[in-house]
Amino acid sequence: MNASTTLIYDGSFNGFLTAVFVAFDEKINVADIQRNGQCQNGLFSDTDTIFTHVEKAKRVWNGIKGKSHNAISNVYFAFLSETEGVEMMLYTYIQKLMRTQTGKYLDYSDSTVLHISQLARKVGREKHRMEAFVRFQLTKDNIYFANIEPDFDVLPLISKHFRDRYADQQWLIYDVKRKYGIHYDLDHVEMVSLDLREVHFNKVHKSDAFLSEEYDYQTLWNDYFKSTGIKSRINPKLHTQHVPKRYWKYLSEKKAS
Amino acid sequence: MDFDKIREKLNILADAAKYDVSCASSGSDRTNANKGLGNASHMGICHSYTEDGRCISLLKILLTNHCIFDCAYCVTRKSNDVKRAAFKIQEVVDLTINFYRRNYIEGLFLSSGIFKNADYTMERLVAVAKKLREEENFNGYIHLKSIPGASDELMYEAGLYADRLSVNIEVPTVSGLKLLAPDKKHEDFTKPMLKVKNEIVRFQTERKIIKSTPKYAPAGQSTQMIVGASGETDKDIMYSATYYYKTYQMRRVYYSGYVPVADDTRLPALGSQVPMLRENRLYQTDWLLRFYGFAVNEILNKEHPNLDMDVDPKLSWALRNLHHFPVDVNAADKRLLARIPGIGMLSVEKIMKARKFRRLNWDHLKKIGVALNRAQYFMVCDSRHWERRDLDAERIKGMILQASSGKFRNQYSNQLSLFN
Repeated sequence: MNASTTLIYDGSFNGFLTAVFVAFDEKINVADIQRNGQCQNGLFSDTDTIFTHVEKAKRVWNGIKGKSHNAISNVYFAFLSETEGVEMMLYTYIQKLMRTQTGKYLDYSDSTVLHISQLARKVGREKHRMEAFVRFQLTKDNIYFANIEPDFDVLPLISKHFRDRYADQQWLIYDVKRKYGIHYDLDHVEMVSLDLREVHFNKVHKSDAFLSEEYDYQTLWNDYFKSTGIKSRINPKLHTQHVPKRYWKYLSEKKAS
Repeated sequence: MDFDKIREKLNILADAAKYDVSCASSGSDRTNANKGLGNASHMGICHSYTEDGRCISLLKILLTNHCIFDCAYCVTRKSNDVKRAAFKIQEVVDLTINFYRRNYIEGLFLSSGIFKNADYTMERLVAVAKKLREEENFNGYIHLKSIPGASDELMYEAGLYADRLSVNIEVPTVSGLKLLAPDKKHEDFTKPMLKVKNEIVRFQTERKIIKSTPKYAPAGQSTQMIVGASGETDKDIMYSATYYYKTYQMRRVYYSGYVPVADDTRLPALGSQVPMLRENRLYQTDWLLRFYGFAVNEILNKEHPNLDMDVDPKLSWALRNLHHFPVDVNAADKRLLARIPGIGMLSVEKIMKARKFRRLNWDHLKKIGVALNRAQYFMVCDSRHWERRDLDAERIKGMILQASSGKFRNQYSNQLSLFN
């Protein structure tokens, strides 16, 4: 048995897939796959740095997709969860997928398969939440701007939804936690990395970046939110279950007024 | 925009519309055409939730709360002394577009009090939808209320612009309707329903031949019934719901626990509790009928005209039919799996797939997400441990209740009532 190796990649999804490719190609006994900058050396394993190679990544992508469309989306979604140790879990998942007959991804009695599908589901839920909880504010430059702080890195997943829906307005969604955003310029969506000094959460103080009309609509929305609730059925527990408190600071209807 | 005036109108007309529980934005497949605004997400999106925990996905308002009818259960009835207001068509369009652009909503749900007559009102509703679609190139979701008694021509036009149409039947029995809404006839409700159903059927057949047939109400139609206003049994409600599902191909029937809004001897007194638990049980039954393959007479019949309040309807059915159990999860067919209390349809799917690889045991089932506290009495799996005692229904029910805590438990606990 050969000595085990820890693979280090650059943190991108393509980087991870390249690492998987290298591991399969060179028959490496993988101890762990770690993100550059977060690596911890094992006592009895070597380390090997992987350079992202799009062609290699693509082969792994197609290989998994050949097994099932469902499996590749599980892999991508689970990867975006940024959970500690997810890379190794995914590596085991891909190994199992490749080793067995088709349909392995449906074996919910296998703990790796079940765990990956549950992780993917969590990320899917966060994606859906972000499609719901983004609140655009119209800036003076006529751009609909929103900042979000999702639990997982879901910006790449929601971009298609917003492009399809808001095809006739410029918009920018900015991830406060990961310090990058996606911008639509009426033609296509681009990733932009910028460091915003000011986070525009739903404070009462009005920023001069936005039109005054913007605050009128926020007030109307706030009013609507209040008057559509039924007092005699109030149920705060159910409310926070659906709208967890960590999202409140970006929701204009939860503004204290 | 005259901000203050709009604000006042919105407060009045959103407040009046809130008793309509439907807020579904799913089931439509409208795509964004020619780089316009919006599309209808097939699964629907809830953009927020009210403090009573209901989804907000549509801007739900009345065009006006002026009304010529005097239905006892309704806040906007003629004899009620409330502030009245009316939106202009353009005002509704502007609100919808601006809310939509900020990602507050999935679309518009427009209803109205009836002024002048049914057709005049329906015409206004259709005009709003038409303007949104044709002038604003809006492809989001539109739900229009079919006004009882509206003409077939208008209902046809409404379906061309709206994704969903609905008429609220409100009172599940014809006799109840006579008592509470003497101005309205039962046929007024069913006439637009029938027209919409026929048009949907026509659209579906024509589309098979001509692909470009204009869409007609792609998200179908729905209706709503008030629960606990006219003394009807759960059996009355579910049998008439089944009737509407079958006869008019409803996508949804909603059940709305009656919120007392009037001091009227025909109705529960003001301040009496909203029957939320009962509403919950009715929805559970509705799901059993639509997704679990139950027939309505299995759950509700002459011997059992009302649902159990302390356990869910599926468990209650299982306790009455112990001869079907225990079920072997590794061998039973899908239909039977779905009947085990504590196993939902998602778990059924997972079990069906997982058991192709190996025989499942308690541990697998627990991880998959089966509620074993209920399921354990009704199933066997790949394990030498299962419920061997010959328990009767009462014992099982007692053990399940003892080992769990339901969110409504305080509402039906018999012990507390000793002290007050």
